[in-house]
Amino acid sequence: MRVSFTVNGRRHEADDVWEGESLLFVLRERLGLPGSKNACEQGECGSCTVRLDGEVVCACLVAAGQAQGREVRTVEGLADGAGPPGGLAPIQQAFVDAGAVQCGFCTPGLLVTADALLERQPSPSDADIREALSGNLCRCTGYEKILDAVRLAAARSAAGAAPTAPGPEAPPAPRSEPEPGE
Amino acid sequence: MTGTTFGAVPWGPPLGEPVPRLDGRAKVTGSARYAADHTPAGCAHAWPVPAPVAKGTVTAVHRAAAMAEPGALSVLAHDDAPRLGDADDRTLAVLQSPRIAHRGQVVALAVAETLPAARAMAAAVRIECAPVPPDLELTPEHPRLVTPEGAESAQGDFPAAFHGAQVRIDAVYSIPPLHNHPMEPHAATAQWLGGRLVVFDSSQGSNAVRDALAALFELEPDQVSVVSEHVGGGFGAKGTPRPHVVLAAMAAMAVNRPVKLALPRGLLPALTGYRASTLQRVRLGADTEGRVRAIAHEVDTYTSPLSPDWRERATQPTRSLYAAPHRLTRERVAPLDVPSPSWMRAPGECSGMFAVESAMDELAVACAMDPIELRARNEPDVDPHTGRPFSSRHLVECLRAGADRFGWADRDPAPAMRRQGRLLIGSGVAASTYPAEVIPSSARAHANPGGGFLVEINATDIGTGARTVLAQIAASTLGIGVDELEIDIGRTDLPRAPLAGGSCGTASWGWAVHKACGELSRRIDEHQGAVPAGGLTVTVDTTEDLATDDQYTRRSFGAQFAEVAVDVDTGEARVRRLLGVFAAGRILNPRTARSQLLGGMIMGLSMALTETSTLDLAFGDHPERDLASYHVASCADVREIDVHWLAEEDSRLNPMGSKGIGELGIVGTAAAVTNAIHHATGVRVRDLPAQPDALLEAMIAQGRI
Repeated sequence: MRVSFTVNGRRHEADDVWEGESLLFVLRERLGLPGSKNACEQGECGSCTVRLDGEVVCACLVAAGQAQGREVRTVEGLADGAGPPGGLAPIQQAFVDAGAVQCGFCTPGLLVTADALLERQPSPSDADIREALSGNLCRCTGYEKILDAVRLAAARSAAGAAPTAPGPEAPPAPRSEPEPGE
Repeated sequence: MTGTTFGAVPWGPPLGEPVPRLDGRAKVTGSARYAADHTPAGCAHAWPVPAPVAKGTVTAVHRAAAMAEPGALSVLAHDDAPRLGDADDRTLAVLQSPRIAHRGQVVALAVAETLPAARAMAAAVRIECAPVPPDLELTPEHPRLVTPEGAESAQGDFPAAFHGAQVRIDAVYSIPPLHNHPMEPHAATAQWLGGRLVVFDSSQGSNAVRDALAALFELEPDQVSVVSEHVGGGFGAKGTPRPHVVLAAMAAMAVNRPVKLALPRGLLPALTGYRASTLQRVRLGADTEGRVRAIAHEVDTYTSPLSPDWRERATQPTRSLYAAPHRLTRERVAPLDVPSPSWMRAPGECSGMFAVESAMDELAVACAMDPIELRARNEPDVDPHTGRPFSSRHLVECLRAGADRFGWADRDPAPAMRRQGRLLIGSGVAASTYPAEVIPSSARAHANPGGGFLVEINATDIGTGARTVLAQIAASTLGIGVDELEIDIGRTDLPRAPLAGGSCGTASWGWAVHKACGELSRRIDEHQGAVPAGGLTVTVDTTEDLATDDQYTRRSFGAQFAEVAVDVDTGEARVRRLLGVFAAGRILNPRTARSQLLGGMIMGLSMALTETSTLDLAFGDHPERDLASYHVASCADVREIDVHWLAEEDSRLNPMGSKGIGELGIVGTAAAVTNAIHHATGVRVRDLPAQPDALLEAMIAQGRI
């Protein structure tokens, strides 16, 4: 079958797509967008996270046919509209600045998830961030710096700073989290 | 290595600065290319067919249904696969024999136009085999348990000293099989170009991959290029060449086009190594003042027929850890019909330190002593195993500095006393240690006539920040900024270098980079500071620098502190606070170092509480092969966590004065957590992980709740 959809603002058509093919496979192998990573193929790790009509999904669990006529955003398109070409989206800049990148394999999925979180909730609590990011595994495991990066992006956004302008350098102090059973 | 044959890197910026990762931008934009991200024109895809039994012989490979799939190209199996040379690693002799050594071993490989087609083909291949009963269970009475040469050590008279001790601890600890599960599954994209083999591989050391492929395909090493530019973690699983890269190269040869093979997650435990389960008996004999007189650590573990020389060397840290005149260590290993175990982050050290540091906590309780004071009291003057001095140690300083930061002074040692609602609260401590070693490496430095430098070395950045730190070492040696040079790593076309493993990458590569840049500086000086047209190039090798006799024991140390809350209704333990204080020489980049150490500690937390696997006795492999059943810590499992390091100066290490930090962070974490669980609940966790069902049962059995 033929699948037509928009990826990062560009129309794409993929021909001879087998019904069982995942959106992840089509992005990586047919459209030449390998930024989204294949790490578990069953929706456990979040490395392939993309937006589908704004919704955060695991591209490995979406059949390519389900993307027909819809809009997909991947890590490659995260900076689109965020400033001059070649610039980084605020969340990307925050990941670099906070040292939230290690091996980098979980990074694309985490960026898409974190970007969606901040769009939905511009000043999330630490508990909100941890919950939102818990579908994205990082084996390196850089959760603390990733948390810092999301806090940093949120703080910069609250301060109205452009991503490249001087903003808060250190992430704000952690806020206390309630603990189940306490 | 005498510690005096090298000049030191000038200490100061950019070395020691938190320079942001040079590859950060490529990684956040999705433009960093990993092994499976390369798709040469005409690339076909491969999918492995795993052995359906744990032991036996393949009697027939039925290909017809698979070859009828649209897009089918080939099904390779032992009966038609290209013959391979010997690479001195039997796990790499893929499809060479009908014998099945373990469940999951690759017995056929489907190759097709597309990935879905290859997968459909693999499902359609029918393997007929003659199974034989496998030997899968490790018990202390296993008849094939042997003690290999070098796997035991004895000093003094342990049995007599232990028998005569006032206080005795005799306990058995167990760790289940644990899986590395780097986020990037092992993948390779292979291509034959004329007589040359070019491979993109997810490996921690591509020189070893090149050597193995050259031996297997009977090529000269320079006919093979291996690229591992970006690698999505490894933790030891990518430390040696693995079967996938051989299969990809073989398939590319068979179908005469490029082939990409990314292992499915579920095959990683069977094909890429894991931390073998250990049964560990620790005996400590001490006086009532907590002075350890006798220490014994005995470990039983297993390996596979394909890796006969492997063992989890869990007694190694015990040999050098605490003073005691009477000592015994012994490792026994049985060859079982199981997938090959291999390196997993801090192999041996991480396993052994769980047992020893748990036993030390038990001894502290038995002697009614503070566990930090107990460790301080047993601090050795020299390495008790070798009699050599430590190049530096500072374990006690780490313990004391950590105690101050953690608020240890206020701790009431009595167990099961602190209750907050449904939660029992407790804290625990354990030591960390890991060898600080160095391996010969080469490197090349080039000065451009128009300004600027290029530093080349086949180091691998598996997420550690090696690319960035090596640029810092080069820049500091040359007296320039990081932005005035280019660093090129991750390809066998570059000067040969050892793997990213054993926490010795930065020390080994950095030494070579420093040497190359130092000699380049001298060459530039000879030209009165003017780089001639055509530039200046220096290539160095550190083999001779490292060749002299060793006089010191070189190890990093640390102390980890955990606070846990255990739910009395569910038995769930959660780590509220985790603190690590380390002595690891000079920290070359605090930003990347912090991530390395925190990452190790979180993996240790995960080992303590959630990670567990089973060698299934009916099935012959691990049922917990995916990330749904093998639980690695997620963001929500981590709360307050912090890491600090001492300003340790050790001039006997390498030109940077650094010790490796990739593995130190995971060593001791599990014991700190389970010691805290004992303090919280009174229950001693001797079998990892501390899962709710077992903890709840133990609390009830002991009348704690």
